[in-house]
Amino acid sequence: MFEFTVNDNAYAVDVEPDTPLLWVLRDHLQLLGTKFGCGAGLCGACTVHLDGTATRSCVLPISAVADRRITTIEGLGGEHPVQQSWIDHSVPQCGYCQSGQIMSAVALLDGNPSPSETDIEQGMAGNICRCGTYPRIKAAIQSAAQAEYYSASHTSNETVGDDV
Amino acid sequence: MSVSRRGFIIGTATVGGGLWLGLSLRGDAPYPNAREGSFQPNAFLQITPSGEVIFQLPKSEMGQGIQTSLTTLLAEELDYEPADIIIEYAGVHKDFAAAGGSQLTGGSASIAVSWNPLREAGAAARAMLIAAAAGRWGVGVESCSTEPGVVLNSISGEKLGYGALAEEAKDFQHTAFELKEKSAYRWLGKSTPRLDRVAKSTGEARYGMDVQLPGMKTSVVIRPRQFGATLGSFNADTALKANGVEAIFAIHSGVAVVADTYWRARKAARLVDITWLDGPLANLDSEAILALQKTALKNESGHIAMERGDVALQQTRGERLESIYSAPYTHHSPMEPQNATAIVNGDNCEIWAPTQAPDISQAVAAHYTGITRSNIVVHALTLGGAFGRRGYVDFIGEVVAIAQQIPGTAVKLVWSREDDMQHDFYRPATMHGMTATLAENGKIDSWQHRLVSPSIVKGLGVSLASTILPEWVPTEMARAIGRKSGELFAGADPTTAEGAKVAYDIPNFAVEQILQDSGVPIGFWRSVGFSHNCFVAESFVDELAHAADQDPLKFRLAHLENAPRYQAVLKLAAEKSGWGNPRKGHFQGIAVVEPFDSFCAAVVEVSVVGNEYTVERVVNAVDCGFVLNPDIVAAQVESAVIYGLGAAMKPPITISGGAVQQSNFHDAPVLRMNESPVIETYIVQSDEDPTGIGEIGLPAVAPALANALFAATSKRLRKLPLVLG
Ligand code: FES
Ligand code: FES
Repeated sequence: MFEFTVNDNAYAVDVEPDTPLLWVLRDHLQLLGTKFGCGAGLCGACTVHLDGTATRSCVLPISAVADRRITTIEGLGGEHPVQQSWIDHSVPQCGYCQSGQIMSAVALLDGNPSPSETDIEQGMAGNICRCGTYPRIKAAIQSAAQAEYYSASHTSNETVGDDV
Repeated sequence: MSVSRRGFIIGTATVGGGLWLGLSLRGDAPYPNAREGSFQPNAFLQITPSGEVIFQLPKSEMGQGIQTSLTTLLAEELDYEPADIIIEYAGVHKDFAAAGGSQLTGGSASIAVSWNPLREAGAAARAMLIAAAAGRWGVGVESCSTEPGVVLNSISGEKLGYGALAEEAKDFQHTAFELKEKSAYRWLGKSTPRLDRVAKSTGEARYGMDVQLPGMKTSVVIRPRQFGATLGSFNADTALKANGVEAIFAIHSGVAVVADTYWRARKAARLVDITWLDGPLANLDSEAILALQKTALKNESGHIAMERGDVALQQTRGERLESIYSAPYTHHSPMEPQNATAIVNGDNCEIWAPTQAPDISQAVAAHYTGITRSNIVVHALTLGGAFGRRGYVDFIGEVVAIAQQIPGTAVKLVWSREDDMQHDFYRPATMHGMTATLAENGKIDSWQHRLVSPSIVKGLGVSLASTILPEWVPTEMARAIGRKSGELFAGADPTTAEGAKVAYDIPNFAVEQILQDSGVPIGFWRSVGFSHNCFVAESFVDELAHAADQDPLKFRLAHLENAPRYQAVLKLAAEKSGWGNPRKGHFQGIAVVEPFDSFCAAVVEVSVVGNEYTVERVVNAVDCGFVLNPDIVAAQVESAVIYGLGAAMKPPITISGGAVQQSNFHDAPVLRMNESPVIETYIVQSDEDPTGIGEIGLPAVAPALANALFAATSKRLRKLPLVLG
């Protein structure tokens, strides 16, 4: 039995210890916003926050998650300034990679509220988009960085969790 | 007046510049997703008495924005806010099939084939609603107009919502209508935001991978790595004891493992011990394929796909330029791996199908289950990318075969990324022999393109025939007809040859196609034949420009005097990119293409350090006729440029032992954000009927890049991917 917190809700699941967090989220908790893209830590579609840090859930065994705090795309609440910026820029095409992109972008901005273009490119290089939405993702991150949420005093990872 | 819905033609001639509409309502089956009591003037549209407007989206949304574009087409003429329309994927019905008889989404054709039918569907409904309101008010229709969702009475100022008129509107099916002038459009032609942008930014969008059904099981299939290998024997004793495993059995493509969750199925699959038997491709590798192509190019003569003048003359006309080009196998890798869900119960089958072709999916399911097509319900879903891959529905065949073994239970089939990459229908590897001569005046006198490729179309006949022939044609007969129709393409394949017919004014011109099939599965890859033929032709024309000592832009324009739409995109791209004046250290290349009746010119700007190059900027000019939504056009061009650049720059798919050597994004890398250039898109304003945009930005980017690399290094790269050194 593994116990952990997802989006501020406590969960306990009884699965094999090598089960990746991704499949616990999707198959056991029915949190379907986190996507399966490669299963090998190569594409970023499955990105979630583990204690505030962007993490590839497809290669993270549930045994490593015990007692830790996870935030998924559902946990951002839909009105997060990064999500709002995504909507304003009409970023998604097929949309399948976008949960992972957004989770990576939020983690990037939480750590660095005014990233340079190179910071953005490096911070997002682990997330593949086969639809080629990169130019819009970059623009959306730049706009989000201008939002009051980031330009004010927000620098702590903790605040994100408390907001949702 | 009451009319039967069957076999009935609505629409009528209108006075003063109206049109005649023949929206056929012949339907031998009821429309899918029909609501009891709704006003349903045609297959696409329903209005319920409570005022819901429901649209059956006849094409697959795979990221290209078709959901927004087609909904807006209908909404514009219906006069109803697009964002308030309830959108459902259409089920299988022949009234949803476009020309050619299939519901396939592909060939950048959705806008072109929907432009009239959907506007007419909306306009016809609006006219009926107005007629109903006029009847209720006892005024003439000329005293009525609409604002989004309501009919207005200009005499009394009264208003009636569409829902309130739904019942009466059913009695006005003969009503004449006219289409709006473009100047009256509320939404079309404007960058209205995509309708799916919120759900796709919140994690709420649902894909095939996300289908959840009561009691559902998840399955995986273990397939042979080698194409054409067959199952010898397998031992699942250990695997069957693993937690959560329900069943393990052979199906047509391999061994299926069914468990309660994906991870348990995947883990158990590793415990199955399988002996595969080598097939005919056991010794096939990429070098052998290349050698076969070289031999074919040298020794064989092929089908003449196009001919003008006499290219044989070139033998006698001075110096010939000769080049050999090639393109490798390329994978689709949509972000969402292949998957599908099905329930098979006796004579009935229900499928949740992430597919570009719901009707082909139905036919394939009928083939593998033996269930009649009319008993197979297909729920089309939002696609996590497709790029041509999901026009092939091998995964539907698999999931119904598995579900049939577990009657009444919902079974989802999930492919891994490795499955997806190693069992794709690849862009075919091709080889191209180019020869040309220049006339005294520096213009092209002759051009011959000899293309060695397999036939994509040949393999399609069977599934297409099983889909579009009526159900009373017995399955075996349909398949035989399909094989026959495939044979029609035994000598030539228009899809792999498309793009070879350049628009340049060349007196002696020929394209010859030599079909050569290695057996590796191939298929439609975003922009299909244009992707390799335009690379070749637009690189080769650059070679000729340099041989003639002319500027590549001017050289092209000089050969396109009677092609104004080509001229316009070329000039716009040149102007916006600052052609001829790149930034210091940057080098430019240009290309122009006409895929699927749309036009695109691209200027690529590169910088080079040693043998490494960086694509700095891509400037595109496109003409796709009247633009429904400029922002979606720009997004699609950006998308196609990045997809095309990935294939132009990254290592290809290679074959060894009859199997694909790559397995995931580490050894088959794709373009990432840090490699993605600045992309600018400019649109030529046009009043022509709209054509497609999903694939249009792709074919020009590889040749423009190769041409830019030549400008930078004087090295002519004739092989994809483009590698210096
Ligand atoms: S699915 Fe986890 S990184 Fe690709
Ligand atoms: S939006 Fe389709 S993969 Fe990113």
